[in-house]
Formats: sequence, structure tokens, C-alpha cells
Amino acid sequence: MTENPKQSPLTANPYLPEIGTIIETIQETHNIKTFRIVLGSEERMQNFHYEPGQVGQLSVFGIGESTFVINSPPTRKEYLQFSVMRAGEVTTKLHSLSKGDRIGVRAPLGNHFPYESMKGKDVVFIGGGIGMAPLRTLLLFMLDNREDYGKISVLYGARSPQDMAFSYELPEWLERKDMETVLTIDREAEGWEHKVGLIPNVLLEMAPKPKKAVAVTCGPPIMIKFTLQALKKLGFKDDQIVTTLEKRMKCGVGICGRCNIGTKYVCVDGPVFTYEQLRELPNEL
Amino acid sequence: MAEAKFIANDKLTAWLDELSATMRVLAPARQGDAVVFVPYVAGQNVELGQEATAPPKSTVFPASEDLLRYDYRKNPENLGQVDVELFPTITPEPTLVFGSRPCGARGFLIFDRVYDGAKYKDPYYLARREATLFATIACLKAENACFCHSVGSAPGDAAGSDLLLTPMDDGYVVEAVSKKGEALLGSSLFTAGKKKAGQAKKLREQALKDMGEPQDFGPAKDKLLALFDDMGFWEDVSAKCISCGACTYLCPTCYCFNITDENAGLTGRRVRSWDNCMSFQFTLEASGHNPRPTKAHRLKNRVGHKFSYYPALHEGIIACCGCGRCIKSCPVSVDIREIVTKAMAHQPPAVEEAAK
Ligand SMILES: Cc1cc2nc3c(=O)[nH]c(=O)nc-3n(C[C@H](O)[C@H](O)[C@H](O)COP(=O)(O)OP(=O)(O)OC[C@H]3O[C@@H](n4cnc5c(N)ncnc54)[C@H](O)[C@@H]3O)c2cc1C
Ligand code: SF4
Ligand code: SF4
Ligand code: FES
Repeated sequence: MTENPKQSPLTANPYLPEIGTIIETIQETHNIKTFRIVLGSEERMQNFHYEPGQVGQLSVFGIGESTFVINSPPTRKEYLQFSVMRAGEVTTKLHSLSKGDRIGVRAPLGNHFPYESMKGKDVVFIGGGIGMAPLRTLLLFMLDNREDYGKISVLYGARSPQDMAFSYELPEWLERKDMETVLTIDREAEGWEHKVGLIPNVLLEMAPKPKKAVAVTCGPPIMIKFTLQALKKLGFKDDQIVTTLEKRMKCGVGICGRCNIGTKYVCVDGPVFTYEQLRELPNEL
Repeated sequence: MAEAKFIANDKLTAWLDELSATMRVLAPARQGDAVVFVPYVAGQNVELGQEATAPPKSTVFPASEDLLRYDYRKNPENLGQVDVELFPTITPEPTLVFGSRPCGARGFLIFDRVYDGAKYKDPYYLARREATLFATIACLKAENACFCHSVGSAPGDAAGSDLLLTPMDDGYVVEAVSKKGEALLGSSLFTAGKKKAGQAKKLREQALKDMGEPQDFGPAKDKLLALFDDMGFWEDVSAKCISCGACTYLCPTCYCFNITDENAGLTGRRVRSWDNCMSFQFTLEASGHNPRPTKAHRLKNRVGHKFSYYPALHEGIIACCGCGRCIKSCPVSVDIREIVTKAMAHQPPAVEEAAK
């Protein structure tokens, strides 16, 4: 196929993955593995434009494709990072891959976090389990543009210390003076020096101020439900709360018809929505 | 319409023979109780008297097609390294669909808005679409499940076709609708049709009159959304449904698909195949959560998509061409017209206070 070099390959044939190479893998937890991937050439990596919150489809040819957040920020372009929780066929196969293996990548897809409209505001990140992945992108992006944002707080919760992903960078987050980091686990564990308790309760203790603030949250549905109640109690309004939605996806480009909620397609209109936008959608989450 | 010609009944086969010498021609043929589009071979019987059971959807959007082939190859320099090479397979074949009805050809106008989108374009679909012509036969008598006139069309609608054929007693008036259609009118088998074109037009208008008053489905757009949470309504209208999916597979405007890999050792294919929102798996997530857990939720999406969400996104255009195939082929007689009509008439149960 002849391609216009200026045109992103994805626009020319949105179903055709690029071949990437895994340069590093990190076993984050027993069921989450992180992949650092580079595309074709260094030039291609430099010309690969995406925004925090956008996703990609990873392919293992012969098994299929699944959707994952690009959780490295566009301000750090040495590689694209994806963290994959083992859930089914594709994710299990992905977990068997290692450094040097080839992988199909279709990215970037979807919308992104509204980081422009968050400028000058305080930002509260609330992540549960693998839900920390999309938040990581935005957090690192904001840390790389630190002067644009007000107070940054992170609340990250997992079941146990062993279930905490990104453990290699948590010490840095905890130490930084220009952000507040709180880690919590569900139940007491030996050697754990941080919080114990469910995310919504810890959030209420942290009591971030809603004035000129935005809360960004992602995690399992049950956590989101109670986190939302806690945020409301703290005085956050629906348009001050941002989250990402998951739907079963195939094409990722608004054609296969799989991921709609009424007139919205999560793969192109999402995955990022504010709670105000979600309230406008038909009730089909 | 630009040019008009006439072809006599006894010349029709010769014309098809001529056409099929230069490109693939698909024409309706009877197979048992069904009428389906098959590749035309010289002398074959063509069934033009009845609307085809399956629309010509698969001519542009095959039930199953390769998106790409992949090969895994060991790197001879470094035996620990396995490379993968991808080969996109876009192979359109110049095709004429002969004898579809206006609804079947018009179905692709609904596809176009999605597959030829502002941001993403589907090169597989577009290549086939570009390579496929439609010689459509106007319906002079609607069948009992037809309601094309209620969704912005008509039994003589030429939209989406390249040629429009109107049946007369002794042959067909053949009119070019597009430039590509005009190019098909060069055959010496034709006689001049200009004089008969007026009569053909009258026949088509009469056919539309015979269908009676069209129904106005416009209000369905908001009404279906208003009924979204009324699961009692949706359970009621989907009670009979057995989730077989026939309604979507036979629908000229249903365009959803799945993508799966088929492996054969170190090579394989990535295949796109028709999928449908009436199946449980369609929205089943890896966690086991399913946002559309019951057939009532799924039927709501099918009807909602056609009569509410699509029109909301595409200038009020209803994503149904009124062909009636879903009604005729549903084993338990679920009728989409009835559902939409019921939805439009539905009043929430009266609150007692209001009755006083
Ligand atoms: C926008 C978005 C962002 C995401 N980001 C991340 C992320 O950063 N990290 C992460 O780990 N996850 C993420 N996910 C979730 C991830 O996409 C899913 O966990 C993943 O797709 C599961 O894929 P799988 O192939 O392993 O599961 P599958 O093998 O597809 O199976 C899941 C289940 O689906 C059913 N199923 C699948 N195929 C069929 C079939 N053909 N017929 C019948 N049933 C079937 C089965 O019940 C199966 O157990 C994201 C999802 C979305 C939509
Ligand atoms: S919904 Fe039914 S009537 Fe409408 S186009 Fe599809 S098959 Fe035909
Ligand atoms: S054809 Fe009838 S029974 Fe089958 S899925 Fe459609 S509505 Fe249900
Ligand atoms: S994944 Fe295909 S439409 Fe969204």
C-alpha cells in the first residue's frame, strides 16, 4: 500500500495495526503486567501524537485485539506504556510476551482528559486497582507541566500491598513536595506503613477542597459508586468529576457499532466523560 | 434522471449475458422458498417478480471478509526473534447487482454515513462500494410488510442506485441515475425509452399511492429515549423474541461487525464478520458485566438505534429502509413497526393525582 507519509497510518486504514516491539516488561502484580513498546522507527515515535487518556488496541495475531490505556504521558516519548490486567484470552496471551516480541498496536483512539480546562485548578486523583493506569498518564503529564496546575493530590488504593501497580515510582510520588500522595489497602498487612481502609473513607479523611478543583477517578464500578457519594459529600459537583468508561470494543473507531450508549460511542466520544455528561446519557452502563 | 432506454422482455437475458462478460453480475435466483443474490451465469433463471429474501447487503459488506493476513517468520539472523508481517487484503471486484429493490440499494446510504465518516473511513467497504453498481427494479406493488414510504423512501426510489428499471407489460424502461449507470446503457439491445419514461413515472407514482398514508416516525426519536428506563415496556414488546438475530442478518441497514483471528500455524487471517446487537455476547465485558443483560435491553438498542440514535446523529434520517424483511423473517413475528408505533403512543401510567 502506498501511504501519504503525513497521514497517520491509522487514518488510512484504521484496522491495520502497526508492528511494535516490546522493549521492556514489568510484572506489576500477580495479574497486571506492563509493556513498554516502541513503534517502527525513532522518527515514527517522535511523530506519534496522542493525548493523555487516549487508548490503543493491542494485538496478538492469532488471538485478537483488546483495548488498553496508553499510560505513559505524551511528554515522555521514548516508549508507549500499557498495563494489562489478565482477564481473558487476549490478556492471558499478552502476559506470555516478553522483551523483543512483536506486537500489533492501533493507536491513538478515543478522546482524552480535559487537561486544558483543568489548568489553574487543584486536581484530585482517585484510582483503584488497574484504574490507576489511565490516571497515571494524566498525573505524569501534569507533573511535567507542573506550573499549570494547583494542588495535586493522589489517592491510590488496592486490595493488598502486592496488588499495587507502579510500585517502582510510588516512593518518588510520596517524597515529592509538590504533590500529596496517599496509599491505602483494604486490610492490615505486615510492614505496611500507609493507610488501611476503603478508598471512599480515606477520601473523606483527606477532605480535598472542592473550590476550584477537579476530581479524576477510575476503578471498579463499586469503588466508583461510593467514591462518587464521598465526592458529593465533600461538595464536588458533577461537572467537577471526571472518569473513564469501559465497554466491550472491537473497531475502536465508531464503526462496528458495539460500544454505544444511545447516541454516544465510548470508543470515539469517550472513554473520558465528566459525571455531568454521564448523567445526560441513557442509563446503560 | 438523465437518459431513458427500453429493453424488451425477450432481450433481457441477452443483456445480462453481455453485462456478465465484462464484470461480476449478481442477480436474484430462487432457492427453495428463498430468493437470494447469486453470481449470474449465462442462461440462468432470474427471479425478478419477488423481493429477495436476503437483501444485497453482502455484495458490498460480505458476511465474512479478511481484513488482513499475517505471517510469523523467524528472523534468520537471530533465531530467537520472530517477526510478523501484515498484508491488508482489499480486493474489490467490479460488480453489478441486478434486480435489487430500491430498499436494498438504499440501505448502503445508511452505511455510507458511518463507513465513510468524517474522521475514520473504512477502506474495505469503500473499495467495494466504489466497485459495485446497482441496477434496481422499481416495485409496482408493495408487499404486505413494506413501509418504505414511512421512512423517507418510495417503491420507485432511485436513491443509491445507478440504474432504475421500471417494469412495463412488454419490457423495462431503464433510466440512468448516475454517471456510472449511464455507461451501462450503450448496448445495442436497447431501443429508445424516452416516450415510455413518462408512463413509467406514472406507474411508480401509482405504486406509492397504493401504499396508502405513510406513518410519521419522526416523533419516535425523542419518544424512544423517553422510554429508555421503562423496562416494563421493553419486556412487553420483546416477550416473544427468541434472540435468533435473523432480523439483523437480513436487514439492509444493520452494519455491526466482529473482528476475530483465524490461525493456521505461523500464518493466519484477521476476519471481519457480521455481528448483531440481539446477541448476549455483543456487549459482554471481560469482567462478566453486561450492560445489556436481557433481550429486552437488546431489542431496545436495535429499535433505538434505527429510529432514535442514528437519526439524532444523521439529520433525522431513520436507519431503516422499510423493507419489512425483519418482520417477514422473524420466526415469532416481532414487528418493528408495531414497536415504534406503540412507543410513540405510549403514555406513562397515569398518576392518580393527575386524574382528579
Ligand atoms: C477504553 C478502555 C480502556 C481499557 N484500559 C485497560 C487498561 O489500561 N488495562 C487493562 O488491563 N484493561 C483495560 N481495559 C479492559 C480490557 O480491554 C479488557 O480487560 C480486555 O479487553 C479483556 O480482553 P481479553 O481478550 O483478555 O478477554 P476476552 O478473552 O475477550 O474475554 C472476556 C470475556 O468475554 C467473553 N467473550 C469474549 N469473546 C467472546 C466470544 N467470541 N464469544 C462469547 N464470549 C466471548 C467471555 O465471557 C470472556 O471470558 C480497557 C477497556 C476499555 C474499553
Ligand atoms: S429494520 Fe426491518 S424493515 Fe427496517 S431495513 Fe431492517 S429489515 Fe428492513
Ligand atoms: S428475528 Fe425475531 S426472534 Fe429473531 S432476534 Fe429478531 S426479533 Fe427476535
Ligand atoms: S468499538 Fe466499534 S463502534 Fe466503538
